[in-house]
Amino acid sequence: MSENLLDIKDLNIFFKSDKNPEPIHAVRDLSFSLKQGEMLGVVGESGSGKSITNLALMGILGDGAIVKARECSFNGRELLSLKEREWQKVRGGEIAMIFQDPMTALNPFLTVEFQIVETILAHLNISKSEAKNKAIELLLQVGITSPKDRLKSYPFELSGGMAQRVMIAMAISTGPKLLIADEPTTALDVTIQKQILTLIKSLQEKNNMSVILVTHDLGVVSEFSERVQVMYAGELVETGNTSDLIKNPHHPYTFGLLSSRPGAVERLAKTPLASIAGIVPAFHQRPVGCQFNPRCVHVQEDCKKGSIPIERGVRCLHPMMEALS
Amino acid sequence: MKFFLKKFLDLIPTLLGISLICFFMIRLIPGDPVLNLVGERGVDPVRYLEMKKALGLDLPIIEQFWHFLKNAFHGNLGTSIVSNNSVWFEFMERFPATIELSLVALFFATLIGIPLGIYAAIKRNSFFDYFLMSSSLIGYSMPIFWWGLILILIFSVKLGLTPVSGRIDLTFDIPLFSGLYLIDTLQSAVLKADGLKPFWSAIKHLILPATALGTIPLAVIARMTRSSMLEVLGEDYIRTARAKGMSKTRIIYIHALRNALVPIVTTLALLFGSIITGAILTETIFSWPGIGKWIVQSITSRDYPVIQGGVLIISFIIIMTNIIVDVIYYFLNPKMRN
Ligand SMILES: Nc1ncnc2c1ncn2[C@@H]1O[C@H](COP(=O)(O)OP(=O)(O)OP(=O)(O)O)[C@@H](O)[C@H]1O
Ligand code: SF4
Ligand SMILES: [Mg+2]
Repeated sequence: MSENLLDIKDLNIFFKSDKNPEPIHAVRDLSFSLKQGEMLGVVGESGSGKSITNLALMGILGDGAIVKARECSFNGRELLSLKEREWQKVRGGEIAMIFQDPMTALNPFLTVEFQIVETILAHLNISKSEAKNKAIELLLQVGITSPKDRLKSYPFELSGGMAQRVMIAMAISTGPKLLIADEPTTALDVTIQKQILTLIKSLQEKNNMSVILVTHDLGVVSEFSERVQVMYAGELVETGNTSDLIKNPHHPYTFGLLSSRPGAVERLAKTPLASIAGIVPAFHQRPVGCQFNPRCVHVQEDCKKGSIPIERGVRCLHPMMEALS
Repeated sequence: MKFFLKKFLDLIPTLLGISLICFFMIRLIPGDPVLNLVGERGVDPVRYLEMKKALGLDLPIIEQFWHFLKNAFHGNLGTSIVSNNSVWFEFMERFPATIELSLVALFFATLIGIPLGIYAAIKRNSFFDYFLMSSSLIGYSMPIFWWGLILILIFSVKLGLTPVSGRIDLTFDIPLFSGLYLIDTLQSAVLKADGLKPFWSAIKHLILPATALGTIPLAVIARMTRSSMLEVLGEDYIRTARAKGMSKTRIIYIHALRNALVPIVTTLALLFGSIITGAILTETIFSWPGIGKWIVQSITSRDYPVIQGGVLIISFIIIMTNIIVDVIYYFLNPKMRN
């Protein structure tokens, strides 16, 4: 048995499409792993495949999706060969997930109590009243005062930050080994963002839980996560230790992401690339060779053919060396 | 509470408007109730005027309207010119028949329509889905009159399975209790005398008219449920429920259906109005002795008080159902309670 909690090798996600006979190839040959208790930051532009990768790990991508992988093992089990019943045990029980907009992620017709308790009862073998007590404890744990009143609330009676705390309480209620947080603070006020992230971090350490933290913000990653991976157009383009990667990005895309951050401009004033020109290519007009080549300032002839392998954590034929030193 | 009070206050101008329109419309169509009563030939002019006076039809029309309103306000809806019974009595005599027909039609339309809609939503784009959606479109555009006649032709005339008219075989003696034969035929006295035969007879009489009347609501409910369900199934909180490991059945019934039902309840209310209109046609085709047939007959005989009073009562009922639906809506949707 490997020591990793999660081992993904060559994950590919396709979507059947009505217009094209060929399915859309949305995530290509994605490999990564995660240890128990470790946090992994995932960054990348909109549409780079971060969310669908997470949904694939939960088996809830929907009917139009085809998920293939050489290996997709979690806690020693192959996820992709699970039956629906077994999936249901994993979802919410061993892998929990919180989402971008907590206001729409909670069912508006059901009370907080109902939603937390049903999650607990689905996965733990305890009575309803024990589950309710546990829910109260959990709400306290995520920093909600007067949890008994909050249990009776409907989601629309909560603020965004409070709703995300409820989502977190619900997610950790079953003691999952992995928490996937998909842009958990994007929809929240700036002042609340940090509180929520700090809460996730502390729960990760306390429960020895692994966390996949998806965000647009490299600053957030550098503050909270030891390890980071950068996605672009459905591919992993760079991965590594967060502080190394931020100090010394090798992939031109990572470099672009860093320099497009506010405050980065001064540091990078001498470099030619202050933000990334262009947009992520659409599925049906993906370039040949390196996916980033239409936007890359370092592009050369060999970037435009064949597939680019990932080497020492970078998917680039001409990686940048010591760009920021 | 304020919300409901306002609804009730809205009721008054609406009813007033409807009465006004109905009152003048019926007097605009040619025909004369007195002439209808005595027959067109050989009317003694003196007697004619006497009768007109007795009915209050000699007064200026505005005054007539005023009298009608005043009496209606005191709960007196007038007396039928034809039968000399009070309008209220006539209405109460026939209303249970309409209620029975409408409820059975709506009940089965809901009972069948909602599951069909749910199933179509779950199996979106499947053969079943396409089949249901296209047949509901046909059902929706089916003219009741034509559809009722087709049903009679097939099931009564050709196959001889169902009676053509009425509510029950006249051989049975049913003491009235609720006025709904499906209930009244189960009274112990009836059961003792004829067993379940009267009950089956009532059902047999109901099947065709209820089918004719229920077809459009069935189509509407099935389509509405499907689209409402699809919308809810695409919501973020459904994804959350799946991510929590909820089973498919639980997601559909606990997390989606209730939310999807809110617009369906509203649809049901709107349908009730159209069911009453549909009942008028259906009752005429199947000689169903309800208020629909009553109103149509009263128009034919220009029985002004029955038309005025009947329409007022029917409007009142439709508006009240809308208010009741608002109440249900209020309790279904926690957001409204704040
Ligand atoms: N059901 C689907 N059918 C077809 N394409 C889909 C489907 N779901 C997602 N996609 C496509 O897959 C791509 C990746 O989407 P994904 O949501 O993973 O992006 P993301 O990296 O999470 O972006 P964001 O930062 O905006 O959340 C998108 O271009 C999206 O259009
Ligand atoms: S492979 Fe070429 S085009 Fe792609 S990122 Fe590297 S230098 Fe740029
Ligand atoms: Mg996303």
